Amino acid sequence: MDYNLLWFVLVGVLFAGYAMLDGFDLGVGSLMLGVKDDNERRMLYNAIGPVWDGNEVWLVTGGGALFAAFPPVYATVFSGFYLAFMLLLFALIFRAVAIEFRSKEPWLWWRRWWDRGFFAGSTTAALLIGVAMGNIVWGIPLDASGEFAGTFLSLLHPYALLMGATTVALFMMHGAIYLHMKTEGPLQARVREWINPLIIAFIVCYALTTLATLLYVPRMTHVLREQPALFAVVVLLVLAIANLPREIHRGRDGAAFLSSCATMLLLMALFGLGMFPHMVYSVPDPAHSLTAYNAASTEKTLKIMTLIAAIGVPIVLTYTTTVYYIFRGKVKIGKDSY
Amino acid sequence: MNVEMLSRIQFAFTAAFHYLYPPLSIGLGIVLVMMEGTWLRTRNPIYHNMARFWTKIFGLIFGLGVATGIVLEFEFGTNWATYSRFVGDIFGSALAAEGIFAFFLESGFLAILLFGWDKVGPKLHFFATCMVALGAHFSAVWIIVANSWQQTPAGSHLEIGGHPVPLGHAFEAADLGRARMVIDDFWGVVFNPSSMDRLSHTLVAAWLAGAFLVISVAAFYLIRRRHVAFAATSLKFGLVLALAASLLSLVTGHSSAGGVAKNQPSKLAAMEGIWQTEGQAPLHPFGWVDMLHGHTAGPKIPAGLSLLVAGRSDHVITGLNDIPPDLRPPVQATFQCFHLMVAIGFSLIALSLWGAWLWWRGKLDDTGYCLTRWFLLLAVPSVLLPQIANQAGWFTAEIGRQPWIVWGYLRTSDGLSVVVKAHQVLTSLIGFGLIYLLLFVLFLFLLNRKIQHGPEPLEESHDLPDNWLKQQRA
Repeated sequence: MDYNLLWFVLVGVLFAGYAMLDGFDLGVGSLMLGVKDDNERRMLYNAIGPVWDGNEVWLVTGGGALFAAFPPVYATVFSGFYLAFMLLLFALIFRAVAIEFRSKEPWLWWRRWWDRGFFAGSTTAALLIGVAMGNIVWGIPLDASGEFAGTFLSLLHPYALLMGATTVALFMMHGAIYLHMKTEGPLQARVREWINPLIIAFIVCYALTTLATLLYVPRMTHVLREQPALFAVVVLLVLAIANLPREIHRGRDGAAFLSSCATMLLLMALFGLGMFPHMVYSVPDPAHSLTAYNAASTEKTLKIMTLIAAIGVPIVLTYTTTVYYIFRGKVKIGKDSY
Repeated sequence: MNVEMLSRIQFAFTAAFHYLYPPLSIGLGIVLVMMEGTWLRTRNPIYHNMARFWTKIFGLIFGLGVATGIVLEFEFGTNWATYSRFVGDIFGSALAAEGIFAFFLESGFLAILLFGWDKVGPKLHFFATCMVALGAHFSAVWIIVANSWQQTPAGSHLEIGGHPVPLGHAFEAADLGRARMVIDDFWGVVFNPSSMDRLSHTLVAAWLAGAFLVISVAAFYLIRRRHVAFAATSLKFGLVLALAASLLSLVTGHSSAGGVAKNQPSKLAAMEGIWQTEGQAPLHPFGWVDMLHGHTAGPKIPAGLSLLVAGRSDHVITGLNDIPPDLRPPVQATFQCFHLMVAIGFSLIALSLWGAWLWWRGKLDDTGYCLTRWFLLLAVPSVLLPQIANQAGWFTAEIGRQPWIVWGYLRTSDGLSVVVKAHQVLTSLIGFGLIYLLLFVLFLFLLNRKIQHGPEPLEESHDLPDNWLKQQRA
């Protein structure tokens, strides 16, 4: 394995970690207005309270890793998607502040407004992340020097919007499964009712996206045709999705959540397999594409980064697991809660 | 306005607004470690009460820091794409290391610090507090290493189209898209000539921000005769840190300025308003730069600058007249920001010494004593001083770096995103302006409410978390 491939995988792992972790708290945000009672809303906030900002660090670190390992990709995507990323930033700021501020005052109007802000911020963020992914899969116009040659509106084509909707559905499903694990009593019963419709919504969106990909972006499937062994990823993905209603039905919340996490990881794996070695695919002129080889930092930097990751990642995983372990079990509202 | 100016304003605005919060987290982090550590040693409930109260304030500040910090990580790519391609090989690793070593540490243990009082024992909780404080310091380390490399590049070389370029090679505009900085030596990048000076100066300045927040709130309570025991003790914790940090900021500041004199002479000339290259270069305690006639008006200490920089009065300082006009930073802004920072630095030393003297005389909470009353009255607004000095210091550093974005290699005007248009930046700038205004008002409002509410009454704070009590009895 060369360093370029390794970093293509590692950047993918960081973004997959982000989707898996922040995915559920963004999903909880999209579900926030589904409960009306203030106490129940507080349960939702506190279910993600101790972990949401650690989850967001995966995005920050993923962005940093992309900057370090593939500077031209970072530069082209972020400047090319300028307004979309600014909107994403506004959304992320809003939800961060909403969760921080909302329970600090008892007034109903105050809490209601922050709840709406939290919902809007979370849903917009999920949608934009999906639209960005959709554009990366679809390909974007690049000029000879690797600069984005489209406009903001050209990013909002049907395929990208479909991917956006799929992402919102996926995160909401993931969030509901997480909440089912963290709540109890009548609130849990309510959450239970959301899960099946959300699984169905996700499957419908995902089936449409897959169909569209097969028809309009067939290059994403080349690798599966050439290396049939990789079809195992597709099989595992379908099994992970099918396992969701089964685990929920048996009341095994933890297993359902892990299955949902596996779904996210396998989706990202499929995305990575389809893209490699491209990082930004250029349409109509593929010769201008940015790849893990023509858009990478020097091997020396990739080696240094590998060393940093080898030291840092095990430590990060240790205390991330510890924090999740300490805050395991059902949410209780105490005097330090949001 | 053009894209360059708008992008610079947006970066300055978002970075400056963000920078209100991390120094408070860093400084307050130290205070929390001191308070909780003292509680663990003495088991006196007053310290536990203090740690709980200041942790709540810390949580609010930290939240704002996170929300505004994520913007900066992405802004290099959105507004400075050419710069990002140019420096990615070096700058990117520092940002990634910051994420892995600092942000995960901070956010992971913050959960235990804020919500873990009932979940873990006192020792583990104290450990979490220490880790949050350490993480806050680490986050400063990597970004300052990266920024210092921009100021004084080292451990790297320029290459164009994949070929190394000898030092001093004239850099053509046509080469811009194909040029990048390439790493030679990681430790050379980390320990570039200015990084340690600037890191230490930034960290002690951050301690000042935290210390004076504590001092200000405590002084406010003492004047109002509210939570007197709590306030008097908090004040002492703040003063210990303030005294150490204000004296250290003098030392680290002197050493930083020495580095600027050596590595960035045009910045030093602008900071001090020096036009003539000469030995016996004077020092202006304050003044006004007359850009038209190229001289600096105001009182002078003869040979003061030469003495400060080299320890001897005949040391020659390069003046602005010997620096080509297109390589000079904006002089007036650099000069005024720098002098504002220094003036505030000295007044913080004076305030800290004054407080320490009152403490030594046993008069610190004696509001009947006139010197104490004046000290407390001045201490309340003093929370603003380190904040203003921190901002002024960064404006000095970054304006003084102009016209370079990477000193000697890449000009700021060449670092922009070529695909981003002025109206897009204007849109996002207005968006940031409105959102940050709202955040700032709400932050002040909530901070004020928490301060007005004050700590829990001491009897209630005896209610330690259940499992802590069990451990104590055991």
